Parts: sequence; C-alpha cells; structure tokens
Amino acid sequence: MRSLLYLCTALAVIALAAWAYRENHLTQQAMNERRALEREIAALTEALSIQRAEWAYLNRPDRLRELVDVNFERLKLIPITASHFGEVGQVVYPLPEARAEFQDGIEVFGAIEHLAGDLHEVVP
Amino acid sequence: MMRTPLRPLARILKARAEGENPDLIERENRRLRQEAQRDRDRSRAETRLLAVALLFLCGFVVLGARMGLLAATAPLELARGVNEEISSARADIVDRHGRVLATNLATHGLYAETRRMVEPVQAAAALAQIFPDIDAARMAERFTDPNRRFIWVRARLSPEEMQQVHEIGEPGLMFAPREMRLYPNGRMAAHVLGGASFGQQGVRAAEVIGVAGTELFFEDRLRDPALVDEPLKLSLDLTVQAAVTEVLEGGMRMLNARGATAVLMDVFTGEVISLVSLPDFDPNNRPAPPTEGEPADSPLFNRAVQGYYELGSVMKAFAVAQGLEEGTVTPETMIDTRGPLTWGRFRIRDFRNYGPQLSVKDVMVKSSNIGTARIMQPIGAEKQQDFLRNFGFLEPMPLEVSEAARARPLLPDRWSDLSVMTISYGHGLSTSPLALAAGYATLVNGGYRVAPTLVKQDRPQLGPRVISERTSRQKKLMLHQTVQEGTASFARIAGYPVGGKTGSADKPNPRGGGYKKDAVLATFASVFPAHEPRYVLVVTLDEPVDTTGPEPRRTAGWTAVPVSAEITRRVAPLLGLRPVGLEVANTALAQGQ
Repeated sequence: MRSLLYLCTALAVIALAAWAYRENHLTQQAMNERRALEREIAALTEALSIQRAEWAYLNRPDRLRELVDVNFERLKLIPITASHFGEVGQVVYPLPEARAEFQDGIEVFGAIEHLAGDLHEVVP
Repeated sequence: MMRTPLRPLARILKARAEGENPDLIERENRRLRQEAQRDRDRSRAETRLLAVALLFLCGFVVLGARMGLLAATAPLELARGVNEEISSARADIVDRHGRVLATNLATHGLYAETRRMVEPVQAAAALAQIFPDIDAARMAERFTDPNRRFIWVRARLSPEEMQQVHEIGEPGLMFAPREMRLYPNGRMAAHVLGGASFGQQGVRAAEVIGVAGTELFFEDRLRDPALVDEPLKLSLDLTVQAAVTEVLEGGMRMLNARGATAVLMDVFTGEVISLVSLPDFDPNNRPAPPTEGEPADSPLFNRAVQGYYELGSVMKAFAVAQGLEEGTVTPETMIDTRGPLTWGRFRIRDFRNYGPQLSVKDVMVKSSNIGTARIMQPIGAEKQQDFLRNFGFLEPMPLEVSEAARARPLLPDRWSDLSVMTISYGHGLSTSPLALAAGYATLVNGGYRVAPTLVKQDRPQLGPRVISERTSRQKKLMLHQTVQEGTASFARIAGYPVGGKTGSADKPNPRGGGYKKDAVLATFASVFPAHEPRYVLVVTLDEPVDTTGPEPRRTAGWTAVPVSAEITRRVAPLLGLRPVGLEVANTALAQGQ
C-alpha cells in the first residue's frame, strides 16, 4: 500500500515537472509575441499620429479658405450669415401622394348575385 | 528544578516495614519521570512543527497573493516612449470639437560620432551642400578635432533631408529619433498654445517641453504618462478662431492699427471660445524674445491677457451698475452733466456738450464722463474698490496660459476722490481685455462672477453673486440701448441684436506724464444676443484710424465697433445661434424690467 503511494507521488512529481516545463516555454513564447505586438502597436500608433497630423495640416483653416476661394466658381461657398437661416414655416409640406388605383383588381363592390353566377333575390 | 529521588527513604522504609517490594516504588517513580520527560519533548516538537508550518504558510500566502495580484491586474500595454530614460511623450492639444491644435510628430535629429567617420572633410562638404547654413570649413574642423567624439549637427530633419544625408554614405553620421511638436494650423491661436522646444536631449530621445502659453501652463498634465493618450481639450473653437482672426486681421490692416485683440467668451461657463492677439507668430517656429523696442509691440506679447490698458468708457458700465446696485440712482434719475467738472486743478470734460442734464440711461448711452463721475462721486473710494475687486479688476485675471500670472493691473497709488471719478470712466485703472470680458459676462449673466478658462467645461461655472439680478437686467437693456441709440450704432446687425459699450481711451505717454495726442486705444465690449446674452466679445484696436471720411476718425464707434460687428455677424451662426428679429429682443428686454 505504502509503495503504491510512493509510486503515485513520484509519477505526480514527474507529471507536474513536465507541465511546468511546458508552461515555461509557452510563457516565453507569449512574451516574445507580446514584444512583437508592442513593436507593431508602437509603429502603428506612430503612423496613426502622423496621419492625424497630416489630416489636421491638410484641414487647417487657412488652406480650406484658399481652396474655397480657388473653387468659388464651382462650389459658390460663402461664410454663413443670419440670412441663411429659415423659418420652419418656409419648409414646403410634401404634396399629398396620388391615390393608388388598381388596374386589374377584382371588383368586390356590386350586387352579390353576380358573384354567385345565378340570380338570387337578395333580401336585405 | 527539584529532582524527585527514585527511592525516597521514607516510603522505602515504610514499604519494607509493611513487607512490600521497594523496587516497585522505584519503578513507579522512574515511570513518572519518563512520562514527564516525554510530555516535555512532545510539546517542544509540537511548537517547532507549528513554527515550521507557519513559515510555510506565510511563504505560500505570499506566493499565492502575488499570483492572484498578477492574475487580477488588467494587462497593460507599455505606452510609447514611457520606458525610456528620457520621455518624449506629450499629449495632444485639441479644440472643443476635437480638432488637433498641437500634436507630436516622429522625426529624426542628426549627430556625428567622429571616431567612426571615414572621410570627415568630404562629409562636412556634403552636409554644407544639403544645409546652406552649415559652413563646410568650420564643420570639417569640428569633425577632425581629436578632442570631440560626439557632435550634434541638426535638431530635426525633414524626410527629404534625411534621405540626402543617407546618400552621403558616411557611417559616422547617425540619426537620433526625435518627437517634434507640430502645430498644424500655423499661426492660429498662437498665443494660446505658446510653443515648445527640446529639453534634455539624448541620442535615443529628447524631451519636448512647453515654453509658453498652455503648453507651459499644463506642462505636468501634458507629460503625465498616465494621461499621454488623452488629449487636452481646450475651450477654443477652431472655426470661430479662424473667422475672428480673419476679420480682425482685415480690420487691423484697414484701420492702420498697430495691434488688435479679440476675446470671445461664454458668459455662463467662462470658456474662452476664441482669443486672438495681433500681430501673432508661428508657434512651429517661435521667434526669440525681442531685445530692443517696446516689448508690448512684439508678436509674442499676448495683448488680451498680458496687455493691461486704461480702456476708457467701457468701464462706465461698471460705474453705472454700482450706482444702480447701491440704489443711489435708477435708470431714469436725472444727472447734472454741465461741464467742465472741476476738481482741484483737474477738469473733466465730455466729448461733446450733452446739455444741462441726462438720465442715467443716457449717461451710459451717450457716454458722458461728467455724468459717470457725478454718479460715482457720492459712492466713494472704499465702495468703489470693493465693487471692482468683486469683479476681479484689482488682481491679475487668471487664465491657463503661463503669461497670465506675470501681468498685473496698474492701480492708483492713492485712491483719492479724483481717482474715484477718473476710474469711473476708465482712466487711472488698467484692465486687460480678458478681465473686461469676464466683467461684462458678470453684468449680463444674472450677476455672477465667472472665471475665464481655456479648458472645455460641461456645465455653467457661476461664482459668487456680484450684482443683483435686477441690476443685471437693467444693464442688459442699457447695453442694448447704447447700440440702438448711442455711440455703437455700427453694431446693429441683421438677425443678431447686440448690446455693448464703446471705449476710446487716450494712450498714456510712455515717457511718463499725460497722454499721447492722436493715439487712441479703441475698445468695444459687446454681448449677444442682447436679450439673453450667451457670449461676450471684446475687441480692442491699438491706435486705429479710419481715413475714409474727410478727416481721420479715431473713436471706437468708427473703428472697433464695425470690426466687432463683422466678427459677430460671422461668428454668431457658427456658434449655433438662431437669428431673431429686433422686435423679439426689444419685447424680451422690456418685459424683463
């Protein structure tokens, strides 16, 4: 009984050692991956900040104003003033849509005997 | 310890006498002794075991806690530039809608390690070709100097320049990664942003430090590693700032002014929406401080914040407000305006003769110096000081730019009765346009003090009450009447009723004594929309002249007011204000009284 216990313990120690060895390597691998990812993130963040700066630079008010002036013929943009505001009352109501009319619909109005084929006296 | 004998004589003798075996007594005693020994040993072993167990428990607890802690902390990615010795990280600055005002850009500096250089003289010649300001002979001398091992050649390179340096092929020329502060909007909001430069420099990185403006004021916040990814959100609106700059620049050119400044502020939150001071500069390439001439004429000088001037009649609004607040006058009280008002050797005159008497309202509308002085006279110096102190006119007006703390208002040495009268119409006490804007905000926001701020706010930041709700309502009406009937008639613009007060102050003689002739500081402080003011706009022009008429006109009504009106016309729609008719404003103001 006791030897069986010893055997089990020894086996457990071996198994745990193997597991720890594997975990160690997995951890190192994960850390390497993390470093690579960090480098990539840093590079992308930098690229992003350059793009943002570029975007801000291209959208600087001076340049936009020049572009508006250059393209005035096409765009006809002028600074917004009070006269560009409207009243709600100035907005046109949508025209009522024309009533739908069926072309090949079945006639459902009329005397009921037509529908039956025979002439019956309909008593109201 | 007293040792018990194994064969105590008394018991032995007694046992012998009774015919018992005395050895039993000895055995009995021996057994007892052994048992006692065993108990001692056991208890000692137990203590030791317990101690060892405790030791192990502690170890495991520490290990377990550490593992638990590691497992529980959120995985965090190392921010860029943080783990280096010199941190170049610096948060962006954005406007109230998130548009970038200042950001960092990765670039490279150039340095030389002379011991690795193969052909230093040729390299120096090639560098001189790329950079015209480098002298080839001097650079070659530095490269070949045996005492030097390391030389900075350039603080920052453009990508093209970097490629050209690469093409020299000199192994001793090295590139140092750098973060550069970039202001993509150029001169826009230059005085607010200030500028940045390099602090401590290393080969792998260089500190980017602020040198002025918000960059310097928020130095710690911008470089805080925990907040580096969170941009600093200012209260400025880039679009509005651009429009104000454009109009103000045009006005300054047309009126031949030496300088100009405009402050646009929210009357409830104190947020500065736009702050322009002209002439300005490019923060990407901040000029050196001037070594000669008047420092106040330098482009670096922030006129709105640092410029404490005697602003003239715009200050009458506060004198009249105090009269109303103290209850000594009502808007209809008639004031004696016969002039000149003589006080000792000093005479107070009006711009024109306004007749024998004016109502308090008309003193304000027509801007009578004599009338204002007479309103203030009975109130006295002490009350005037308290009143102006509550508005913040007696201390430097704080703002989140590094320059704000350096300028101070100029107060009279002795606050005499004459000072009371001159200060009532804006002479003898200097005020910055920013402080004036804050004062007008208090006049029209219901009477609460507001602290101007450059940081975006979420809710109104009303301070302690300075004047009553009723006085505030009366002031709103008077400011509107000044525009409708008085000196600021050019401020009438379609759609946006404006209230305001002009001020044309003679500039003091810099060499001391008296005032300059034909040199006027024209100011217009306005609020809009007049019936429920949301914004206050202060426009100040330095020595403007309107030469369109037969003779040059210098008063604010002809200079600052038209410029201010054009700014309001452009900016009010951008601020999302709905245009209203004049009659709406008139009705609302009349009902409020």
